[in-house]
Amino acid sequence: MITAERKNFDEIRKMTDPYANVLVAGCNTCVAVCLTGGEKEAEQMAQQLQIARRRDGIQGGVDSVTVLRQCENEYLDAIADQVEKADIILSTACSIGPQGLVFRYPAKRVVPAMNTNMLGYVKQHHVWTEYCAACGSCMIAATGGICPVARCAKTLLNGPCGGSQNGRCEISPEVPCAWQEIYDRLAALGDLDTLKRIIGPKKWNLSNSGGPRTMKKEGF
Amino acid sequence: MKAGSNLEKVLESGVFAVTAELGPPKSADPQVIIDKAGILKGHVDAVNITDNQTAIVRMSSAAAARICVEQGLEPVMQMTCRDRNRLAIQADILGAAALGVRNLLCLTGDHQCFGNHPEALGVFDLDSITLIKMVREMRDGPVFQNGEEMTGKSPRLFIGAAANPYADPFPYRVLRLAKKVDAGIDFVQTQIVFNVGKFEEFMHQCRELGVSERCRILAGVAPLKSAGMAKYMKNRVAGMDVPDEVIERMSAAGDAQDEGIEVCVDVINRVREIEGVAGVHIMAVEWEKAVPEIVKRAGLKP
Repeated sequence: MITAERKNFDEIRKMTDPYANVLVAGCNTCVAVCLTGGEKEAEQMAQQLQIARRRDGIQGGVDSVTVLRQCENEYLDAIADQVEKADIILSTACSIGPQGLVFRYPAKRVVPAMNTNMLGYVKQHHVWTEYCAACGSCMIAATGGICPVARCAKTLLNGPCGGSQNGRCEISPEVPCAWQEIYDRLAALGDLDTLKRIIGPKKWNLSNSGGPRTMKKEGF
Repeated sequence: MKAGSNLEKVLESGVFAVTAELGPPKSADPQVIIDKAGILKGHVDAVNITDNQTAIVRMSSAAAARICVEQGLEPVMQMTCRDRNRLAIQADILGAAALGVRNLLCLTGDHQCFGNHPEALGVFDLDSITLIKMVREMRDGPVFQNGEEMTGKSPRLFIGAAANPYADPFPYRVLRLAKKVDAGIDFVQTQIVFNVGKFEEFMHQCRELGVSERCRILAGVAPLKSAGMAKYMKNRVAGMDVPDEVIERMSAAGDAQDEGIEVCVDVINRVREIEGVAGVHIMAVEWEKAVPEIVKRAGLKP
């Protein structure tokens, strides 16, 4: 799923304080599952903001509303009344949410409450790990089903660099070396010959580097 | 001759080669390179010019390499994948070759988090292996990475890479070096050898796979300045293996710098005896003066 973490409260205050009526818009899909921007968190955010603003004598109110997915127009349509009353919308969705709100309600100011960070796997409860870089040309069939583009700090396609030691990445002992994982898995499967083949250079034009991408399903 | 560099001639003649390292300054001052080149000239066959080593900004390796050429000291220009995409790398290779550079060492590069601009974007458009393949095709095709034919003079470069016998997974290290040979390297310089036993095992695997026949292997060595430096390398530098006996030897020494040179000479004497080792690469970082002394004590050059 897409994971996002709440911004520092001071940063959120700076973006919203100049405006009287704030609408905190939650999203009940990815950010709800990662416990940072769903209905509950949006309500908490609205309360926290309201208390802080009252204390500082800021006029106006803070309301909250949550939709199932801010990344789809039809869900955004349903909150037109609340949006109408707001001077600014603070979205707790991933960055697609506020941009969707901008597209759907072009006259409104919209700011993000979150930093969107990755496409992650829920490895254990409350721990998300980056597994996909959305590069547009998946190559994990050649790497034992483990993605070095997302999981190697140098996006190496041809094996571990000289900084891999004891299964750890050179950037931090907290970070596993993706290539050690790939090696171990291919060794266990008896597929180490796969690693003898030179892979790449990668077609980065298929990633975001080639410009923003659009996907269109034919026949609709 | 693939490139006609001095290093290539020495290695092809079978003479035990010696290379050293010259780090460009964190300034625009050419005198720093001229001074360092003055210390090293006549003692080594070629000198590596580092490329923003450990992700710290320094004068470009191409410019510093040219200054070395002017000083009569042959450079091995280092090129990492961290700071440039394939367009910039190819442009710099053409420029460096036009300026008289004849050896190129292809590296992935340390991660930018280690350097003085940790907020920088790490490029890594290529990795060391696809970089090697690209350089070989620019020289021998000659074609650019996209397959387009190069008309006119192609870059005559003796192509090198790094190998680390102390990184993991150990069984894959020689296979990875073999992959670099397949991609097109002519020579390789290894990580600093302190643990000679493990290096012997690495070389044994190299011989078994025929890697030492297909590329010239230079063992990396370095003089330690103090026991503290030895401990730091052991505990803090990624991909290093410093045995406790080396740390104990440095701790017990009266003159630590002299002992560091002695340890280095001992390693050179031991790796020289290993079949398939074609030379040594002496990494005396910011201690160039140690190099002539090491070369003399090891009896490497007349």
